[in-house]
Amino acid sequence: MFLITGIVPHEDFPLILGKTELKNEALKIDTLEIPVERGTSALISASIKVLEYFNKPLPFVFLVGDIGKGNGSKNLYKSLAEVIPKLDPKLITFHYILPDVDGCLKVIMSLEKLNSKPFLIADAGFMYVVKMAGYANFFDLFTPDIGELAFLADEEAPHPFYTRGFLLAEENKIEDLIKRAYQYKNTPQYLLIKGEKDYIVKNGKILEIILDPIIPELEAIGGTGDTLTGIVSALIYIGFSPEKACSLGSKINRLAGALANPTPATQIFEIIKYITPALNICIPDKIL
Amino acid sequence: MSFFAKLFKKKKENKKEFFDKGILIFENTLEVIRAEGILKEKGIKVKVVGPPPEVRRGCDLAIEIPIVESMGIIKILKTYKLEPLDFIPYNKGQKLLKPVNIFNIKDFGKYLMVRAANMKITVDKDTLTIVNISGGGCPDVPFLASKLIGLNLKDAPQPKELGHTLCGYALQLAFDKVKELLCFS
Repeated sequence: MFLITGIVPHEDFPLILGKTELKNEALKIDTLEIPVERGTSALISASIKVLEYFNKPLPFVFLVGDIGKGNGSKNLYKSLAEVIPKLDPKLITFHYILPDVDGCLKVIMSLEKLNSKPFLIADAGFMYVVKMAGYANFFDLFTPDIGELAFLADEEAPHPFYTRGFLLAEENKIEDLIKRAYQYKNTPQYLLIKGEKDYIVKNGKILEIILDPIIPELEAIGGTGDTLTGIVSALIYIGFSPEKACSLGSKINRLAGALANPTPATQIFEIIKYITPALNICIPDKIL
Repeated sequence: MSFFAKLFKKKKENKKEFFDKGILIFENTLEVIRAEGILKEKGIKVKVVGPPPEVRRGCDLAIEIPIVESMGIIKILKTYKLEPLDFIPYNKGQKLLKPVNIFNIKDFGKYLMVRAANMKITVDKDTLTIVNISGGGCPDVPFLASKLIGLNLKDAPQPKELGHTLCGYALQLAFDKVKELLCFS
């Protein structure tokens, strides 16, 4: 099973676990409908596009409403800790959540109880809290952007908001930030650093830098990082190696962006439409 | 430290300690006690602590709160007409933290993007319409994006009025900066 967990930006949205599908530019889970916007819904939609292309089972999602007050997130941590051992997933992608170290530790404890540890991907708030809790290297893949990489490289910052200036000032020295993040054990084995260029890193070594197509406008569009994490998660789930999945995922996401002919004002659902055409170009034979 | 945190600390002693707390400083003890009651009633994990000497300003008590929730907590207290003198990200024996103060500015011609820490805001330079919000990881980010995109920078509510977390606060800094660049220059 492929499990995606995160939040929906509506305060009254209930805690829900279920199979999801993408219909008419909205996600459907049971009787509930979620518009495809930036955030976890964009990540799920991108994953669905990949899984549909390969004719694979669609993901299970575990979602709750939270607009930042934290009530939904607290409920999600607690419920995840209870549910994960029963689901026994093969891959879990953790996404938006209000960082809470105690809640995160409960989830990690439940993961440690599993007979076979799933492949663990964290992005957004869950990536922050895993670093905060000191468990980054229990995970397999983080997908930070450059600002978040500086945060991972700062052994003292509990949140990107407190990343020290000397690290943010060194954003053009990505290699130094990568080295520092691994030195302080604030990373999993794999990093996919999202930006104008995407960096694929394993154990501190840069394996590949994806440059093409360069579409600078994508950085401004909320959700392009979410779709990349969603595409890569699905590719790993269906059997691509993490290195290959990151490389292909980066190219597919960039190509989908290019096909949408974006401006900085483009919204993410306009790019998601082009993931299938991008898959057709990047993996035409559908062979792993 | 909670039961789970203690358990994990024992289990993996090589794990480092991050400081995920901060303290609210108040004018007097009465305010501290009132704030503690309000926040506990809201289900927020708080603790009354003695502020370290270097940050002591008013009374000799302070309230320890989760750092990520600071913005939302201060908003709650303000609704009860209770305003702390200061919020200080601090843990005993460790250094004070300072908010991000470096901005990354990217000019796309018709659009200007400003990033503060992990939060980016992009505005149409001619119409001053907020066209995109990206980055961030706390749950108020998608919410803030849904509320602010499409609004005029001059009329839009400030992110700190709608947000609750440090990502919301980082967006406020980017919002102030882009406003300074496009509205006051």
